[in-house]
Amino acid sequence: MTYISKPKLHHPGLLKNAAGFTRRDYEGAVSTLCAGCGHDSISAAIIQACYELDILPHQVAKLSGIGCSSKAPTYFLGASHGFNTVHGRMPSVMTGANLANRDLIYMGVSGDGDSASIGLGQFAHVMRRGLNMVYIVMNNGVYGLTKGQFSATADKGSVSKKGLPNSDSSIDLVSMAILMGATFVGRSFSGDKRQLVPLIKAAVQHKGAAFIDVVSPCVAFNNHAGSTKSYDYVREHNDAVNFIDFIESRTEITTDYAAGTLQEVQQHDGSTLRLRKLNDAYDPCDKVTALNQIQKAEAAGEVITGLLYLDPLPKDLHENLNTVDTPLNALVEADLCPGQAALDKFNAGLR
Amino acid sequence: MPQAVAATNDFVVKFANVNGSGSASANELFARAILRMGVPISPRNIFPSNIQGLPTWYEVRVTEKGYLGRRGGVDMMVAMNPQTWAEDVKEITPGGYLFYDSTKPTPPAMFRDDVNLVGVPLTAITNATYTDARQRQLFKNIIYVGALSVLLDIDPKEIERLFGEQFKGKEKLLDSNVKALNLGRDWVTNNIDPSAVKLKVRRADNVGNRIFVEGNNAAALGAVYGGATVCAWYPITPSSSVAEAFISHCRRLRHDKATGKAKYAIVQAEDELSSIGIVIGAAWNGARAFTATSGPGISLMTEFIGLASFAEVPAFIINVQRGGPSTGMPTRTQQADILACAYASNGDTKHVLLFPEDPKECFDFSAEGLDLADRLQTPVFLMTDLDIGMNQRLCEPFVWDDKRSLDRGKVMTVEELEAGKTFGRYLDVDGDGIPYRTYPGTHPTKGSYFTRGTTKDRFARYSEEGPVYVDNMERLARKFDTAKKIVPKAIARPAKGKTKTGVIYFGSTSPAMGEALDGFDQAGIMIDALRVRAYPFGAEVVDFVKSHDTVFVVEQNRDGQLRSLLINELDADPTRVRSVPHYDGTPITARFIAQAIEGHLSPPRRMAAE
Repeated sequence: MTYISKPKLHHPGLLKNAAGFTRRDYEGAVSTLCAGCGHDSISAAIIQACYELDILPHQVAKLSGIGCSSKAPTYFLGASHGFNTVHGRMPSVMTGANLANRDLIYMGVSGDGDSASIGLGQFAHVMRRGLNMVYIVMNNGVYGLTKGQFSATADKGSVSKKGLPNSDSSIDLVSMAILMGATFVGRSFSGDKRQLVPLIKAAVQHKGAAFIDVVSPCVAFNNHAGSTKSYDYVREHNDAVNFIDFIESRTEITTDYAAGTLQEVQQHDGSTLRLRKLNDAYDPCDKVTALNQIQKAEAAGEVITGLLYLDPLPKDLHENLNTVDTPLNALVEADLCPGQAALDKFNAGLR
Repeated sequence: MPQAVAATNDFVVKFANVNGSGSASANELFARAILRMGVPISPRNIFPSNIQGLPTWYEVRVTEKGYLGRRGGVDMMVAMNPQTWAEDVKEITPGGYLFYDSTKPTPPAMFRDDVNLVGVPLTAITNATYTDARQRQLFKNIIYVGALSVLLDIDPKEIERLFGEQFKGKEKLLDSNVKALNLGRDWVTNNIDPSAVKLKVRRADNVGNRIFVEGNNAAALGAVYGGATVCAWYPITPSSSVAEAFISHCRRLRHDKATGKAKYAIVQAEDELSSIGIVIGAAWNGARAFTATSGPGISLMTEFIGLASFAEVPAFIINVQRGGPSTGMPTRTQQADILACAYASNGDTKHVLLFPEDPKECFDFSAEGLDLADRLQTPVFLMTDLDIGMNQRLCEPFVWDDKRSLDRGKVMTVEELEAGKTFGRYLDVDGDGIPYRTYPGTHPTKGSYFTRGTTKDRFARYSEEGPVYVDNMERLARKFDTAKKIVPKAIARPAKGKTKTGVIYFGSTSPAMGEALDGFDQAGIMIDALRVRAYPFGAEVVDFVKSHDTVFVVEQNRDGQLRSLLINELDADPTRVRSVPHYDGTPITARFIAQAIEGHLSPPRRMAAE
């Protein structure tokens, strides 16, 4: 087992948030991933976001598929229930869990193999359903646990550690998510906490299908020259279109960076997203512009990051199904079982 | 005139129709009218995998004695499909009747000498009255029902009463249907001597308060009563009507009166993998959830079924079996997924199966299966089939004890956690192999755990240690032993005298078996019978196999799957357990069972029987 110390954060560990928890209360078991793995930085960002949002840790259900990324939920939110499901099928399990109890926060963690290869179908359909969730893909373009095979997000022409070129086209998960109906779509980089933490916070507050693609270099198998998911490559080609300030309906969060061009978007729970725009042409609330810009950046060899698409007034699956406000798992016999009287009527109609 | 089959309240009428022509409701009308006269019937749809324009059949067995299995043989063919004419005519029992549309002359070579002809100019009658094409098509069906009602002595008042119920508040439709009925009746009365047809329906009192319902509809209602709140499914014949019935029951019974909001969630998923994933996610999070599928869907779900079994998450799966393997015979019945479900998934897996015999047990076992899945924290299968699921069957009315509560099994509450009760997700505290679970979100600091398909210790911590793995697997075996004691018990029907010969059967074989056993009784053949209702097998099944020298296992698959399961699980001597397989896709008959078992019996016994 490899022990790694987690990236240092700005807040000292013992400060309590408004919910009465310290940052440590949001941590999980010690990571068994490789030292320097981008996934651990993403876990740290999730911990930070949940801490800053004053979430009650047990009010989160974390779900994953199979792979390095899907091991990650063990390493954050130790007081939450977790479910490591089967390869590529986390979205369906998360759908069922969400239907059973609409009151919890659902955090799905997956990888590029899990979501773009074996699980592309479930990835697409969970976006279509508009499940109220945060779906994070820790995207390294490679299969780590089985030692270095390409995944479906590996760029065409990129070269594996063993020197094999990838001849298949890559799948761009953010474009997929937008096309399939996700209402909050962002991309970030595991090495860019300043962008990632507010993005996760905004995704948690979003009452619909929120997807974040996080490019997360694999130090063991995909951090060499020729890889387009390495630390160096992403740092050099990162084109951030915006940075988010996330403003809850309760309190404004002060930020440590200067405002550029600002765009404010009000979500229907009252929270406000303030986007510090780096690219004036970019309007994340317009699907056509968003897709256009994503394609343009890709053609230019840039990794476009930030909040890429947002529908501030989404409808989630529960709204579409018109389910009761009480979680379905809290309904009792009197709610569910119509009794003998109704059965008598039914029997009478069958004679 | 050829010899004429004569029978009262004991014959088979088969309708040969064109799919999509509106014949289904007319044929059901015919069947129900006989039922209303107090005479039991057993109808079966025989339909190829097509939508419109291709052949479809509806076979009605009229059976005063109440034998609801398929009989075999056709006493009267209502030949409404020119495309299948030749094979339909061939199927009629010698001395039987061919009812046909005589509007156009039919060459004599197309008839049979040993079959009685009943020609009615249906098209001519229809076209003389109706001009609209759709009306012509629909009312022609009603006209043949009218004609048959005179020939078979079916009380027209019962048909009119059925119209009245169907078209309540739509008097115009009611009148036009009665008119069409009488067009058929009048033509026969004026042109044919009804006594030429010697198949007759005579009023009886053998239906009682039984209901007439499809198994899929019953299973769906059972899921409502069993408290299912999440249903995820993917359309597949012959199971789709389970989910569709669940939708309609929920719309009627499960909306909050004040807000109109739904106390259920139904998702038509993108495939069966997703359906079972949704079920497992919902059940993990404390909702009762189920899916309905058929063989190919089970194949797809297999990985998830292993996860649910090993991670110990409840799941209720209704498998409406059809002919396999692969796409197989999608619209024909079989009991051929027994092994695939009993041992579904990689590794050492075993699952609970329930075998309903009719819609009543589909209802009962559906509700009970949801309880069992929660109590045992494991997948439970309702192993029904097309014959039960997609045909209306006469059965006992549904009953519910209003004092009954949902048995959610071992769920640790926030109060228990707060009081300091030890929580080990995979800890066996009382020897039954079933651990406690918590629902996500129960307590801020206690009772959370990580669910995974990989190995773990008693406190749900990841471990690949051999002894830890074995400890868990042994407990799972203990849990399966507990299941033996709480699943529905097998039902015995002893022979009238002492015997060392036994027969085991299950599911949709039940009505045909009952009829065959009556025949054995009459012939003085002594066979003890046992209807198995669940797997794992209880002590009564073990005793039955032990106490007989020969045990026949009657089942609707080629390889004797239940037989294999019995031999494997009970360590029974294979030479004493003999297979009686029926697997051509048609429902098994008493005639087949009797012939097969009598053929197996030792020669002296057989001679005695003859």
